Amino acid sequence: MADLNANAGVVPQGPKPKKRLSRGNIFLYGTLIVVSLYYLLPLYVMMVTSLKGMPEIRMGNVFGPPLEITYQPWVKAWSEACTGINCDGLSRGFWNSVWILVPSLVLSISIASVNGYALANWKFKGSETFFTVLIIGAFIPYQTMLYPLVIMLRESGDGITWLVSWMNPILEALGMEPFGRIRLMGSLSGLVIVHSIFGMPILTLLFRNYFASVPEELFKAARVDGAGFWTIYFKIMLPMALPIFVVAIILQVTGIWNDFLFGVIYTKPNIYPMTVQLNNIVNSVQGVKEYNVNMAATLLTGLVPLVIYFASGKLFVRGIAAGAVKG
Amino acid sequence: MSYSVEIKKLDLAFGAVKVLQELDLNIHEGEFLVLLGSSGCGKSTLLNCIAGLLEVTDGQIHIKGQNVTWAEPSERGIGMVFQSYALYPQMTVRGNLSFGLKNAKLPKAEIEERVARAAGILQIEALLDRKPGALSGGQRQRVAIGRALVRDVDVFLFDEPLSNLDAKLRVDLRVELKRLHNQLQNTMIYVTHDQVEAMTLADRIAVMKGGAIMQLGSPDEIYNRPRNLYVADFIGSPSMNFLEGQFADGSFRIDDMAMPMTGYEYVEGQPSNRAAVIGIRPEHVVTGELVGNAPLQYTVDVDLVEPMGSDTLIYAKLGQHGFRIRMDGQAIVKAGEALAIGIDPARASLFDKASENRI
Repeated sequence: MADLNANAGVVPQGPKPKKRLSRGNIFLYGTLIVVSLYYLLPLYVMMVTSLKGMPEIRMGNVFGPPLEITYQPWVKAWSEACTGINCDGLSRGFWNSVWILVPSLVLSISIASVNGYALANWKFKGSETFFTVLIIGAFIPYQTMLYPLVIMLRESGDGITWLVSWMNPILEALGMEPFGRIRLMGSLSGLVIVHSIFGMPILTLLFRNYFASVPEELFKAARVDGAGFWTIYFKIMLPMALPIFVVAIILQVTGIWNDFLFGVIYTKPNIYPMTVQLNNIVNSVQGVKEYNVNMAATLLTGLVPLVIYFASGKLFVRGIAAGAVKG
Repeated sequence: MSYSVEIKKLDLAFGAVKVLQELDLNIHEGEFLVLLGSSGCGKSTLLNCIAGLLEVTDGQIHIKGQNVTWAEPSERGIGMVFQSYALYPQMTVRGNLSFGLKNAKLPKAEIEERVARAAGILQIEALLDRKPGALSGGQRQRVAIGRALVRDVDVFLFDEPLSNLDAKLRVDLRVELKRLHNQLQNTMIYVTHDQVEAMTLADRIAVMKGGAIMQLGSPDEIYNRPRNLYVADFIGSPSMNFLEGQFADGSFRIDDMAMPMTGYEYVEGQPSNRAAVIGIRPEHVVTGELVGNAPLQYTVDVDLVEPMGSDTLIYAKLGQHGFRIRMDGQAIVKAGEALAIGIDPARASLFDKASENRI
C-alpha cells in the first residue's frame, strides 16, 4: 500500500501509442491494395478466361468468374493447338525450351563461375583489362550482333564439318554412319552457344564480385595447404557460393526462358522455343480467335519463371545482398 | 648453427611502388624471430614472400638450404597462421586440419595420426567434429595453429595471429605460443605491431620501417641499445624522452645544463663534437632516495600526474623541455610540485641529430 501511495503523484508520460488505423496508415495500405489489384487484375482475367468455354467468352463478361469450368482450353493449348503444320500444341515448344535452357544454364554458369573465380583470385597480367572488355560486352546492344552471329554460326558449323571430315573414311570403313554437314545455325546447339555467350559478361561480373568478397586469407591458407586452382575452386569456393549460384540460375532461367529474339532468329520452326510458339499460336490469323486457349498457353509459358521465383525467393535476396556488401 | 631461412637481397615492387628493397635476413634453426613495425612497414609483405604467396621482383629466398624463391607455398616446408584464422567454414575442425594432408595424398592412417597428435598438443580433441562457426575466437586460432602443426613443417609463419582476440585471451595464447615453441623447437617467424608480443616471444626482433630492417637484435638489445631514433621511439611505452642539444667533449649539453656521459658505451669510441639527441626512458629515471646514488641529478616541475595503478606516469618539465617519468604506483606526487630526479647516462641513448643513428 505504501508503494502505491508513493506512486500516486506519478503520471504516465511519453508519446501516445499510435493507432493502427491512423490516417497515414489508411492511405498507405489503401494505395498498396489498389496498386496490387491493378497488377493482379490481368492475371485474374487470364485465369478466368482460360477456364471458360468459347460461348461464354462471347457473352462478353470479361471479369465474371466462369459459369461452367472447363479445362479443355488448357489441354488444347498444351497438346493440340496448331502452329504451321505441327498440331501438337505448346508441349513441343516446352521441350524445345527445356533442351535450350538446361545446357545453356549449365554451360554459362559453370564457365562464368570459373571466370569470376579466376579473375578475383588468380590475377594475371592484363586480367583487369580482360575483365573491363568483358563488362563492356554487357553494354553493347544485342541488335548489332544479330547478323554477325548468323554468319559466325553458319561458318563455324562448316568449319566443324571440315574438322571432323577426316574421320569419315574411317567411320565408313568401320561400317558406321559418317558425319554429315554439321549445322549450328538453325539448331538447338547453336542457340545454346548464343545464350551462353550473351550470359557471360553479367554472370562473370556477378561471380567475380562474390568471390572477391571472400576473405583473401582463406585463399592464401588453401594455397599453403597445397590446394591448386581446381581444388580451391571445388573444395573451398564452391561450397561457399551457393547463394550466388541461385542468383545466377534465376537470372539465366528467366532470361533464357523468356527470350524471343534469339529463338526466332537462330532456330527454325520445328525447334522454336516455347515463347516463339506461343506467339505463333496467339497471333495466328486463321480461324476463330480462341481467347481461352491463348490465355492458357500464355499462363503455361509463364509458369517456369514463376516457379523459379517462388522456390528460391529467399535465397535470391540473400545472394543479391551477399554480392553487394563487398565487391 | 645453420640457417633455417635465408633471405638474400629481396626486392618487391608493386608497379612503381617499391615495398621491399635489398632486404637481407638470416634466421637461425629453431629461432623465434619477430618482425615488428607499424602498419605499412612491409612486415606482412615480407612474410607473404617467405610463404610464397607473393611473387618477388628480385632476390632469393632459401629455406633449409633449398632455393625456394619460385616454389609453390606448399612445397616450401612452411605452415602459416593468419590474423583472421582463415578456417574453411564449411569443413569441420577435423576437415580443416586434414585438408592439407589430403592434398599431399598422405595415407589415411597417417592423416588420422597427425591430426590426433596436433589436437593433443593444442588440446582441441573435443572440438574435432565441430564447424568453425561454433568455436570461440581463441579456439579458432588454436585450430588455425593446428593446421600449420599437422603439416610437420620446418618453419611456422604467423601473421598477427593474436590481433583479433580480446586482451585477456591474447595474453593466454601468447604464453601458450611460447610454450609451444619451447616444445617443438621449430623456426618461427612472427609478424606483429604489438611490441609486448615482440618483446615477450622473440629470440630476436627485426624492427621494420619503409620496407627495410631498422634493427635486428635480441629484445634486450632493441630495448637498451636502439640503433637509431626510430627504433628508440617505437619501442617502449610510454615512449622515450628525447632532448635535442650538443655533444661536446664527452658530455651532452642542453641549454645551460651539461650531462657528462660517464659510463656510456659509445658505438665507436668517443665521437667528435656535433648536434645530438639524447634519449632517456621514462622508467630509467629514478626518484626518491635513489636520486642520491645517480650520477646526474636534476629537479623537474611536475605538470600532470597519471596514476595507472601498477605505476604512475609523471609529465614534467626539465628546464623548458617536456619530460616523462615512470614512477612506482604508490608514489605520491602532486601537479605543481618540484621533484628531484636522477639519471644514469649509462642507460641513456645518444643519437647523431643529422643521421639519427646511435653514437
